[in-house]
Amino acid sequence: MKKVLLSGNEAIARGTYEAGALVACAYPGTPSTEILENITQYGEIDASWAPNEKVALEVGIGASFGGARTLVTMKHVGVNVAADPLFTLSYTGVRGGLVLVTADDPELHSSQNEQDNRNFAKFAKVPMLEPADSQEALDYTKLAFEISEQFDTPVFLRSTTRISHSKSAVFLGERVADIPEPKLKRDPAKLVMLPGNARKRHQIVEQRTLDMEQWSCQQPFNQVEKGAGEVGVITSGVSYQYVKETMPDADVLKLGMVYPLPKQLIREFASQYKTLYVIEELDPFIEEQVRAMGITVIGKDKLSICGELTPGRIKQQLFNQESPVEDTSAEIPQRPPSMCPGCPHRGVFAELKKAKAYVSGDIGCYTLGFMPPLSAMDTCICMGASVGIATGICKVLPEQEQRKVVAVIGDSTFLHTGINGLMDMVYNKSTATLIILDNRITAMTGRQENPTSGYLLNQLEAPRVDMEQLCRAVGVKHVTILDPYDLAMTGKVIRAEMARPEVSVIITTRPCMLVPRDNQIPRPPLFVDHDKCTGCKACLQIGCPAIVWDSEKKKAVVDKIICTGCKVCMQTCGFDAFQQYGDKS
Amino acid sequence: MSKVNNILLAGVGGQGILLASEVISEVMLLAGLDVKKNEIHGMSQRGGSVVSHVRYGEKIYSSIIPEGEVDILFSFELLETCRYLPLLRKNGRVIGSNWQISPPAVARGVQAYPENLEQKICQQFPLSVIVDGLGLALAAGNAKTVNTVLLGALSNVLDFERGLWLEALQKLIPPRLLDVNMKAFELGCGEVSR
Repeated sequence: MKKVLLSGNEAIARGTYEAGALVACAYPGTPSTEILENITQYGEIDASWAPNEKVALEVGIGASFGGARTLVTMKHVGVNVAADPLFTLSYTGVRGGLVLVTADDPELHSSQNEQDNRNFAKFAKVPMLEPADSQEALDYTKLAFEISEQFDTPVFLRSTTRISHSKSAVFLGERVADIPEPKLKRDPAKLVMLPGNARKRHQIVEQRTLDMEQWSCQQPFNQVEKGAGEVGVITSGVSYQYVKETMPDADVLKLGMVYPLPKQLIREFASQYKTLYVIEELDPFIEEQVRAMGITVIGKDKLSICGELTPGRIKQQLFNQESPVEDTSAEIPQRPPSMCPGCPHRGVFAELKKAKAYVSGDIGCYTLGFMPPLSAMDTCICMGASVGIATGICKVLPEQEQRKVVAVIGDSTFLHTGINGLMDMVYNKSTATLIILDNRITAMTGRQENPTSGYLLNQLEAPRVDMEQLCRAVGVKHVTILDPYDLAMTGKVIRAEMARPEVSVIITTRPCMLVPRDNQIPRPPLFVDHDKCTGCKACLQIGCPAIVWDSEKKKAVVDKIICTGCKVCMQTCGFDAFQQYGDKS
Repeated sequence: MSKVNNILLAGVGGQGILLASEVISEVMLLAGLDVKKNEIHGMSQRGGSVVSHVRYGEKIYSSIIPEGEVDILFSFELLETCRYLPLLRKNGRVIGSNWQISPPAVARGVQAYPENLEQKICQQFPLSVIVDGLGLALAAGNAKTVNTVLLGALSNVLDFERGLWLEALQKLIPPRLLDVNMKAFELGCGEVSR
């Protein structure tokens, strides 16, 4: 067998291939994105980006109903969007196995909350497997497809950032042979969830959970690892690794399936120890169920519900050991992420700040408009929320204040769930302004294709949504197309549309700087003529990483290696100090 | 428990840190050891601070290096080296580059880039080796090979066959960039004698 290093996400992709899946569908979201990107290497699988997670799951449900093994992936908050079909899919069950990956983000490395999606398993009555390394990510993916078909249920595979983005050694297997040919099979009593059918299915779901609870007590994925026999630990997922690291002598019940719990197995294990720990990240999900069985444990009374676990945090929180590390963060300047040099969003936020707009923000690279020195974002909740929040806030404000409200959203997020908000804006006669930052790519998650990019996940060409026509079709009368590299025009258009007492949409046209196919005409970098630079620092207020303050000369300097020649800085200079290499004028 | 070895890579998004940790991990795998590596993608790619944990030995559990147990801080930028210096064990060392990249507040002239970092590092951890990564990369013929220069310097202090490093580089670096990277690796190797 071949042994390779794979990330958790690569291993899930491989497991999906080995399980014989024919379809995979997703909306990108950190830390889940690389699963679908890696699946494209397996030509046997039809892999695609959907406009949002609800559509992704619905496409997956269709493929399963057609008879194919199907993978659907999303980040934790994506499951909120997909929850509507999920809860009823739990009732219908599947035809081809359906595995739904939820990639949670404890510590909020790249998210707006750190919800614990194990709760979704219990809420939707869907079993959940939780791998602890890349080998298990591969093995459990294959197992999840089998369980899905054996128990006629969708199956959750829960990853976390530290599983998805860690690499460890994995043995590769072969793709299963004899994949059944998908074909239509009508079964309306199972698949049409009208009340009469759904009542019967609900009873089946309850029995299914009881059956799995008993069955899982004898399965090798829920296993006891004997230690010195003095203390017991119940754990799962990445927390298992930290337990082995910090408590090498403990007896460990490692749960591969975190819902439903193997209650009999837990009872037998717990009965052997005076001291029993439940060690899990985020919510006391296992702990509450174990306590409800009348078992006393040590868990979230000591371990924090907030943030991820680490070996150090277990030692500090559980065993009161002090951190050996001194905190030097006050002495060292922070290095937060920022918009790239040449990013087309920069000028828009500089002008929004000047116009003193109240910016209802959204999820994407442009959320970095919050960071200083731009500091031009006032709200950010979830995908698509900028539009509805702008509508709502205008409902309660006096007219003068309403004029300040501007919603800002990217192309991918607009198509994800922003378009519904725009229909509401028009229908209910909102006065807010919407700016669609159309850079023709889903940039923040690492440049994934979407219906505005003109390409598919597999890089074949695709039809492109016409944003202007889309806005006009839902009834927006005032749509302005704008070059965001033209600062004067950007400011003028933003001010004019803010003042307009009707819905208006501004669509910016510059592509993401990081997409080579959209940036084929090279622009020479700029430089600062130090005879003209007065050191006024106006150019530093747009937060471009290519402009650096020379504290000795008291002048601005352009880093020509990373400057993209967008000339936005040039327009902020009152002294004509910026010049472009090769420009004769 | 047998010895677990811990290398923490640190630097700025875009410096090639993830490729470097990939190469180190591949060397360990080729050497027949258990290895895990761990990093955060996402927001940090936008010019933010980036770290990658690499752990190797007979059997590895946690992919996160416990605090204070870093053996080698393998770092690409001086300020980032200092940010993670407290995670080094007492007799640990830095293998790093003297490259300085201004973080946003420094670039805007709001904060100063701390001074004398190189001396501070070498005083605290005398076994450290700080090389002119960018200068050597330019000498190799490509500014983007700083990570490979540093891998060369790292290979001097780790006890693995040179052939394993070359095999890992060949596997992970695109063929058209292999020659310049091999040159960068050699220049890095020349920086510290074993």
